Amino acid sequence: MASAAGPRSRAMGLGGRQLLLGVAALVFMIDLVLIFGYAPTASEALGVQVQRIFYFHVPSAIVGMISFGVSAFGSVMYLIKRTRKWDRLAWASAEAGTIIFTVAIATGAIWAKPVWQTWWVWDANGTLTFMLWLVFIGYLITRAYAPTVDRGARWAAVVAIFGAAAVPFVYMAADWWAGLHTERVTGPGASGSLESEMFYTLIFSLVTFGFLFAVLVAERSAQRSIEEQIETLRREVT
Amino acid sequence: MRNYLRGALAIYAKDIRLEARTKETISAVLAFAIIIAFIFGFAFDPSPAIVAVVGPGIVWVAYVFTGILGMNRTFALERDRGTLDGLLLAPVSRESVYAGKLVSTATIMLVVEAALFPVFLVLFDLNLFNVWFGLVALAATIGFATVGTLFSAIAAHTRAREVLLPLLFLPIVLPVIIGAVSGTDAAIAGDGWDSVGKWLQFIVAFDAVFLVLSSWAFDFVLEE
Repeated sequence: MASAAGPRSRAMGLGGRQLLLGVAALVFMIDLVLIFGYAPTASEALGVQVQRIFYFHVPSAIVGMISFGVSAFGSVMYLIKRTRKWDRLAWASAEAGTIIFTVAIATGAIWAKPVWQTWWVWDANGTLTFMLWLVFIGYLITRAYAPTVDRGARWAAVVAIFGAAAVPFVYMAADWWAGLHTERVTGPGASGSLESEMFYTLIFSLVTFGFLFAVLVAERSAQRSIEEQIETLRREVT
Repeated sequence: MRNYLRGALAIYAKDIRLEARTKETISAVLAFAIIIAFIFGFAFDPSPAIVAVVGPGIVWVAYVFTGILGMNRTFALERDRGTLDGLLLAPVSRESVYAGKLVSTATIMLVVEAALFPVFLVLFDLNLFNVWFGLVALAATIGFATVGTLFSAIAAHTRAREVLLPLLFLPIVLPVIIGAVSGTDAAIAGDGWDSVGKWLQFIVAFDAVFLVLSSWAFDFVLEE
């Protein structure tokens, strides 16, 4: 009956996913050791630990942007090729990206408070992150409210592509706007160069978040693939 | 190209004739806009010094909200009356349908925006009779209608309906809102091309990019 499941799924096999999860867990543990053990204290004025959220904030923001790129790319490919594989990638990437952007925004606020004495800095990066997070939420809600999976997939693809096209405009507008309106607030630790240990830790954290993203996308895509196979089987039975 | 324009023009003429006869959208949306402007008077102290700071923001919040209300009806009306299928079966290309809907939506929005000029003048002593503001409003409204027409076609087909449009629309047009508010700020302050021009060019660039993108994407949105 295996042939009844329709075209073979291209999603990563169970063994591959377990291996990925294992490696990601290991990398995450090493990263935590690096962040709290290896990286030096940045600024005595801020206290010992506060600055370390930087190793969560910066990588999550960068990986969030990457997730948006992956989702938009998957959306374009889906509209061209119309294969479920690309839609699953775009969808899973949007879900993982929403979570990772949430981490970036939350840690950004916690980081901004001691450094700039305010929870939110209205700069171009923050505005862009927040905007893409909203586009992702719109993407997921569009899918949830769509009458059929196919129509939801097409509409959501359009939403992701529009979001990607708006990125340079949002960045430019927010940058000009910030230049007009916000006075640069400075506080302890607002400026400063990265020591090499800090730089290595940051790069490793970036890789760690990359793994987190890959695990989430692989799991979600595989889940969707199985759901689709079940649906195909059910339709054949009834 | 001729067929494209003729089809777009026919749909535009149909929408405008419908609106001219019923005046349903314009009257409801205009009343809503006036209420928003009135409420703003109590949301903050409407003294001249404060209006000078928040004036452009009030104008654009009112315009964006009323725009969303109007755009929600663009395809919802067609859907409710069952005329959307007819529209799609008509011997015109999807691009024509999109262009016609876009221009009629923008026209209705511009009429409402212009009708609000005296309201802002009376309530807030905010003089919008200004060539530069007119150009900013025109460019920004075309940008809103470009993105809004496409997303209203999506929203009209979902169960969420009215809720979905602002959710999809606002993050994408954020650059236009920033540009419109900043451009209005400069225009009201009496600056000319030197400071308004930058924002105007920016909004026009946005309009151009999303006009092409939306015309392309409209086909995917309406596909059954």
